[in-house]
Amino acid sequence: MAKTILTVDDSASIRQMVTFTLKDAGYAVVEAVDGQDGLDKAKSGRFDLIFTDQNMPRMDGLTLIKQLRSLPQYASVPILMLTTESSDGMKSQGRAAGATGWLVKPFDPQKLLEVVRKVIG
Amino acid sequence: MNNDRPERTVTTTEVTKEYLTFTLGDEEYGIDILKVQEIRGYDAVTRIANAPNFIKGVINMRGIIVPILDMRLKFNLGQVEYNEFTVVIILNVAERVVGIVVDGVSDVIALKRSQIRPAPEFGALMDTAYIDGLTTLEQRMVIMVDIEKLITSSEMGLVESVRSELA
Amino acid sequence: MTIDMTRFYQVFFDEAGEHLAAMEDLLLELDVSAPDLETLNAIFRAAHSIKGGAGTFGFNDMAEVTHVLETLLDCLRKQELQPTVEMVDTFLRAGDVLKAQLAAHQEGREYADVRIAEVCAHLEQLSTLAPTSPANHRFALAPQVKKPPPMTRWHISFRADAIDFQPGADIAALRDVLAELGQVDWLSADDAELCVWRLTTNAGQEAIIETFAFVCDPACLTISFDDGELHPPAHQTAQDDPGFGFFTDAPGSDHLKQVTEDEAGFGFFADAPGTAYFAHHAADAKEDAAGFGFFAGAPGSEQVADQEHHGYGLFGGSPGMATVAAIAQQERTETAQGYGFFERRQPLEPTDVAAVATPPVAPAAVRPAATAADAKRAAPADTSIRVSVEKVDQLINLVGELVITHAMLAESASGLEPLAHEQIFDGLANLERNSRDLQQAVMSIRMLPISFVFNRFPRVVRDTAAKLGKQVALKLLGEDTELDKGLIERLADPLNHLVRNSIDHGIEQPQQRVASGKPEMGEITLRASHQGGSVVVEVRDDGAGLNRDKLLAKAAQQGIALPDNPSDKDVWQLIFHAGFSTADKITDISGRGVGMDVVRRNIEAMNGRVDIDSEPGHGTRITIRLPLTLAILDGLSVRMGDEMFILPLTAIQESIQPTRDQFMTVAGKGRLARVNGDYLPLVMLREVFALDAPPLRDEDGILVVVDTTEGRIALLIDELVAQHQVVIKSLETNYRKVEGISGATIMGDGRVALILDVDALARLNRRAE
Repeated sequence: MAKTILTVDDSASIRQMVTFTLKDAGYAVVEAVDGQDGLDKAKSGRFDLIFTDQNMPRMDGLTLIKQLRSLPQYASVPILMLTTESSDGMKSQGRAAGATGWLVKPFDPQKLLEVVRKVIG
Repeated sequence: MNNDRPERTVTTTEVTKEYLTFTLGDEEYGIDILKVQEIRGYDAVTRIANAPNFIKGVINMRGIIVPILDMRLKFNLGQVEYNEFTVVIILNVAERVVGIVVDGVSDVIALKRSQIRPAPEFGALMDTAYIDGLTTLEQRMVIMVDIEKLITSSEMGLVESVRSELA
Repeated sequence: MTIDMTRFYQVFFDEAGEHLAAMEDLLLELDVSAPDLETLNAIFRAAHSIKGGAGTFGFNDMAEVTHVLETLLDCLRKQELQPTVEMVDTFLRAGDVLKAQLAAHQEGREYADVRIAEVCAHLEQLSTLAPTSPANHRFALAPQVKKPPPMTRWHISFRADAIDFQPGADIAALRDVLAELGQVDWLSADDAELCVWRLTTNAGQEAIIETFAFVCDPACLTISFDDGELHPPAHQTAQDDPGFGFFTDAPGSDHLKQVTEDEAGFGFFADAPGTAYFAHHAADAKEDAAGFGFFAGAPGSEQVADQEHHGYGLFGGSPGMATVAAIAQQERTETAQGYGFFERRQPLEPTDVAAVATPPVAPAAVRPAATAADAKRAAPADTSIRVSVEKVDQLINLVGELVITHAMLAESASGLEPLAHEQIFDGLANLERNSRDLQQAVMSIRMLPISFVFNRFPRVVRDTAAKLGKQVALKLLGEDTELDKGLIERLADPLNHLVRNSIDHGIEQPQQRVASGKPEMGEITLRASHQGGSVVVEVRDDGAGLNRDKLLAKAAQQGIALPDNPSDKDVWQLIFHAGFSTADKITDISGRGVGMDVVRRNIEAMNGRVDIDSEPGHGTRITIRLPLTLAILDGLSVRMGDEMFILPLTAIQESIQPTRDQFMTVAGKGRLARVNGDYLPLVMLREVFALDAPPLRDEDGILVVVDTTEGRIALLIDELVAQHQVVIKSLETNYRKVEGISGATIMGDGRVALILDVDALARLNRRAE
């Protein structure tokens, strides 16, 4: 069964790129437009991997990660944060929130696939 | 026509054009049917002040404001009457829609160029500058008119002389 | 696997366009003296989103600009800096640059202009005022390499007893191996338990780790950056080429912050069981990216070790790492080679930041779109469709016919007995309603509110005023006034010129204004309205006004003929003469004398007219009147004889049932009508239009007072009939311009009614005198 990935990003172009790339590679992808949407979708489905942007309206990525980690079904699912923030502060905040790792924006489809393959095969 | 075989061969190389003929007073005129948009009866027009008398005014034709010119007045054919038989030929010339009032529409004829002979100087209603030539139809003489040239001529007063400047 | 990035471009173009527009609006509404934090945040988010997308899709020129923009915005939203007008100006200019870049990309080009470098330099200069160095936020484009690897000094510390030496090896051998990377200095005593070495190398820390990985658990190793001055390594590494590294972290250790600087790097943090913490710094991956490994000597470390890779990283011990470790284990068994998924990055020529105008070349491997980007991209898809104006006009005409057909049906049915034919009457009522709605809807297609042109002016005024050191407020009135789309497009340039001219020549410098008792802040008003079958657009300023003497002197100097005692109107019209300029000095904004005559020509080409009023010391008002080739006009139908005319409602001031004694003839002044004590020029419409209707006594008609550009006049008509909303149609399409008539419309009965042009009637009347 195809692994299912949730991509949470307020940028339609990034979502589209992520979705196309991952679908082409045989993954199932669900999009969410912000943290709140991501949380709702995560709750109503099961995902093998979650990508989330940090800077989003309504709910930011760190909050989403914290919320997800508090749910038993997402306690150990890999969650990667997409971020253009490069400061260590961002990363340690991500770690503290429970992120599995980070992916620096901008990234290209190859990089995305590389990470996904590394994390969920 | 059917005993006219050799000529039919010529037809294929020489274009036949159709003409609408109409009468003005005692004369019969022919115009390129491709310039004719439609033929309709005479409706009440909205007068336009300070226009030459042959410009009857404007009508609404499916939302387009169309000026109506009475050719009988233009060519001084005396008494003109407007009744249910009055015919207006709606022309599409020089990207304009213009209606002309004539005495009556008679026929649509197909002519080859060779059937139109050059017009000699003669006293027709219209200036020979607008006349393409003459043809004969069942003993009647039909005057072929370059209607576009006539309508856009300054004497019709439809086209402002400054118009070219705006384009 | 190659992924065609071009297919994602369109969404990015749309998105970036929206963000840019939103950013500009927000910037214009930002009050620098009392900045709203939410607005600043929203502006930041817009820039941030553009940057993210631009970087992702390989529009690096835009990413560069948004980066410097974002950096400064970030300082503002964090309140490290106070916004200034200069900043907002620069932001707006950056927005312009971005728009140009976006437009170029949409056409498959790249925008190259000095403006880019200028605006970036300006932004950078502004952000240097921030207490924290913006360099901390330096944006490294992942796919691009900016500099050759610099020599870097690393501090490497480890416990000697953690080293698991191969037989025959010792610590000196380890040093020798390490020395292949660069110069190794021992900082600690040779026999110390804790070895501290300094390595000066241009290799990345992963190379160091690799070396150590042969001999010890990397968890025992601490690698930190040493710039010799104990500065945090942040900005240095951040500018470096992205690399990757590993970080491990003992439980409870809070040293993480020291080791995670590399934004573009890739790394692992591991809460590995161990005592010392172990850190690596990502720096230069390009030399050896292909040769990296994940703690090759420590199977299972995937789960616990921090991993810092090129462009991403994983937190060791974090939730989800079990999965990563399982996958890694699987991979390891599958490929003896290990992890070879990093393509080798080719070092690029160093690119100076100031030279952003010449976009750096991206390696093909990381920018799959590079070649495809040259291909012409599809025109932006929109939520709208493009339809030719003719088609719309055809629709309008057809609907008009429908309305008229209804009117005819209704007339035919009027003879029917209502009760017996209830259904017919109901149907007709429905048909009427529907066709009227349809007519409105169809007509609205061609009409756009003038706000489409007005919207650009807050920006124009702001920029122009700033350039001239003036303070100008802009007031927009009647933005909802609708006019034909074609006119809107052609109105933009002349208006732009007038507004800039008003700011340049009209509005005085603040001190000058104060000296003349005016508020410092000048005011420009743009007002649109429907008036007398025209759209009237006014550009009004409260500046110095036109100087009659100066204009006359200039006219004399240029040999422009004027009547002996020229009226103000005649004098003001001088500024429309080609080459006429009264500007004392030629400015950027105007004053080259190629302005007003062009404005007038443009307006006249639209069959419009420009008028000027000016009062010295109080300001100037320029009025543009445009005919509506196709517009909805509120009009009053008036009858004269058998003919119906439409009088534009906006022109009408009042209508009066006159008495005999209100009419008079004054020698040399023609006929006058006395209305409320004023003597107004009287226009006998029956005479003007040479109607051959039966004569009517003056006092049996109706006097309508209308406002015209020539002042108020009175029109004598037979009867006021009804108020209508009419579609203005041009008489000129098939006929020609008729004096005193601005256009025609089609009445409910299908007949044509002419629309009166009161201004022209007033002029005609004056000429007749």
